[in-house]
Amino acid sequence: MRGRWDRLGIWLDHRTGIQTAVRNFLYEDIPASSGWHQVFGSVAIFLFMVQAFTGALLAFNYAPTPGDAYNSLRYILTELTGGRLIRGLHHWGASMMIVVVVLHMVQVFLYGAYKKPREATWIVGVVLLLVTLAYGLTGYLLPWDNRAYWGTVVATQIAAQAPVLGPYLARLLGGGGAVGVVTFARFYGLHVLLLPPATLLLMALHVYLVRKHGVAPAPGDELLPSKKFYPHQVFKDTVAVGVVFAVLFMMAVAVRVPLEQLADPTDTSYTPRPEWYFLFLFQTLKLFSGPLEVVGSVVLPGLAVLALILVPFIDRTRMVNVTRRFAAAAFVLLAAIGWGGLTAAAVLTTPKEAQTEAIDFSAPTDWMQLSPQEMAGVAYFRKENCTACHVVGEHGTAIGPDLTKTSIHKDAAWMIQHFKRPSAIRPGSSMPPIQLTDAQLNTLAAFLLKLNSNNATALDNAPEFASDGALVYLANHCGGCHLVNGVGMKVGPPLNGLAKRQSRSWVDDHFANPQKLVPDSIMPAYKLSPKDLENLTNYLFALPE
Amino acid sequence: MSNAERAPSQESPTRRNFYVGAIYAIGALISAALGVPALAYLFFPPKALQPDEWIDIGDTTRLAPNEPAEMSFRRNRVDGWKVISEKSTAWVVKGADNRIAAFGPQCTHLGCAYHWDDGKNLFLCPCHNSLFGVDGKVQAGPAPRPLDRYDVKVQGNKLLIGNLRQSGESKS
Repeated sequence: MRGRWDRLGIWLDHRTGIQTAVRNFLYEDIPASSGWHQVFGSVAIFLFMVQAFTGALLAFNYAPTPGDAYNSLRYILTELTGGRLIRGLHHWGASMMIVVVVLHMVQVFLYGAYKKPREATWIVGVVLLLVTLAYGLTGYLLPWDNRAYWGTVVATQIAAQAPVLGPYLARLLGGGGAVGVVTFARFYGLHVLLLPPATLLLMALHVYLVRKHGVAPAPGDELLPSKKFYPHQVFKDTVAVGVVFAVLFMMAVAVRVPLEQLADPTDTSYTPRPEWYFLFLFQTLKLFSGPLEVVGSVVLPGLAVLALILVPFIDRTRMVNVTRRFAAAAFVLLAAIGWGGLTAAAVLTTPKEAQTEAIDFSAPTDWMQLSPQEMAGVAYFRKENCTACHVVGEHGTAIGPDLTKTSIHKDAAWMIQHFKRPSAIRPGSSMPPIQLTDAQLNTLAAFLLKLNSNNATALDNAPEFASDGALVYLANHCGGCHLVNGVGMKVGPPLNGLAKRQSRSWVDDHFANPQKLVPDSIMPAYKLSPKDLENLTNYLFALPE
Repeated sequence: MSNAERAPSQESPTRRNFYVGAIYAIGALISAALGVPALAYLFFPPKALQPDEWIDIGDTTRLAPNEPAEMSFRRNRVDGWKVISEKSTAWVVKGADNRIAAFGPQCTHLGCAYHWDDGKNLFLCPCHNSLFGVDGKVQAGPAPRPLDRYDVKVQGNKLLIGNLRQSGESKS
């Protein structure tokens, strides 16, 4: 059997030379000093392959146009087996790729492996770093949720600020100004059509150059016998790949990547923030203002890239052992402190994310499915501070009975009487009477009847805008004409899925003057306070389809 | 393989075997961790199934026994991440026993649209001349199984149809 395989190998090798090529590649001599510190390059190549694989899988079920992009991603996340895992791998893989590429660069820098004759290898590496960042930038837009949209608005505006090239760059990235279908198509094209072959070419060139000059030796290596790339170094590379993949896989399984609301260009309340690895740039920008802004947005990053490219020409000293490269170590330390400080400052100064941004909209949760009346009950439950004596979810003190036990649920009429005079209905009860109107007590009863031990945490976590929005909804009798989660009337259109149909500004204008937007509408105009309007719109936009 | 290509001689073969074994084992684990979810992702059907809905497609009093009528209607179909409202048709036959059958509009051979041939008293598919009886059974031609049927419900004089089901029996 073995003989047959060997013969097949020889036959194939005569015709293609493949076996000889693989052998030449694997049995390359490497310096005696090589070892664990040189695994990062292989890990980066591995992560690129994971990104290509998961990216292709995502593309099989993804429609690259705004709107459809969001819906198809939601379809991947909620309806396809393994879809959430594959998106998780792609999302976290991107972050890990950045980490590993930077670690690779730091290692080469610390060891001085960029020195003559390896300058070209280093420069190609810097270009590969920029390409990796370009993937991050273009891929960020593709989910087409609010986060993606607003992050890209900021990025394209920064590009437009570049001296001389700015206007051309802006036009190249999306027909000038607004982020829309054109920008989307270009980002998608860059992300899946242009960047991958460019990466492959650059990677091939990079590896070719590494092979041409050999792995950089440390001083003293020339006196020691060299090692073989396979299996020594390949073993170390593979173990590193295995560890990185295990971490990536666990993150993809355990850390849910949220999908925010569908991108809404008219949402003025949204605070854009870039992906974590761009935060330091974001923060640098804040140090400059007015006409100097361009220094932070374009000039400094440009100079930094230039300095990186010029590293081998600035440091032309002879190769010394890594333990004696104090200047390089100090430089890396300074860069790490600078990067860390800017990133920390950006994280600390980011305003607390609006409640709507913290919600994962890829699948409806329990609170989204409550009727407006039940949701208003949540508001009264909180206003009356019921958790002072009852435990619901993660809050409360267990003085009174556990309200999530369905066995103690009675009908609404009983509950309302009980709310008004607890001790009259249940002698000996120390619960104080609740001072609310019958209608308000009714919502409270409706909510409590919905409560059980399975949904308690989810209902307890219902955001404030939703419960307050439901109060506005009830106060204005919206349910007299509209349907929400199957409750209400069908005179007007049902309000579930409103976020898909209309933009926020449309809804705001429509409340003020319905007939202006829908001429034959019979809906009266509503003059709501800005706070009420915001809560009501946020609430309606959070309703599941 | 020449001696020069082999690992340096100071290395023990067990150590070398351990390295090679570990490389293959880790490689296999990673391939499985990526490959299995990928296969599930590509081959398992989406979770959301066709919504069960009954559509009123017309009046049963219009039907004469054993005289097929083509009835058209609009229905929502789930297509990936979209729900599409599309026009569709059914060939409806009232049998001699007053039971109503509604056949899907496509030939079970290669999906061509067939029609009722009054002269032959059979359903005729123009693509490869498959013939089906008024009961949907194959009479001639390459069709592998009888015509597919919609679930049917009659409410008063209203004919309601549900999901299209593939006929289970094969030709033989």
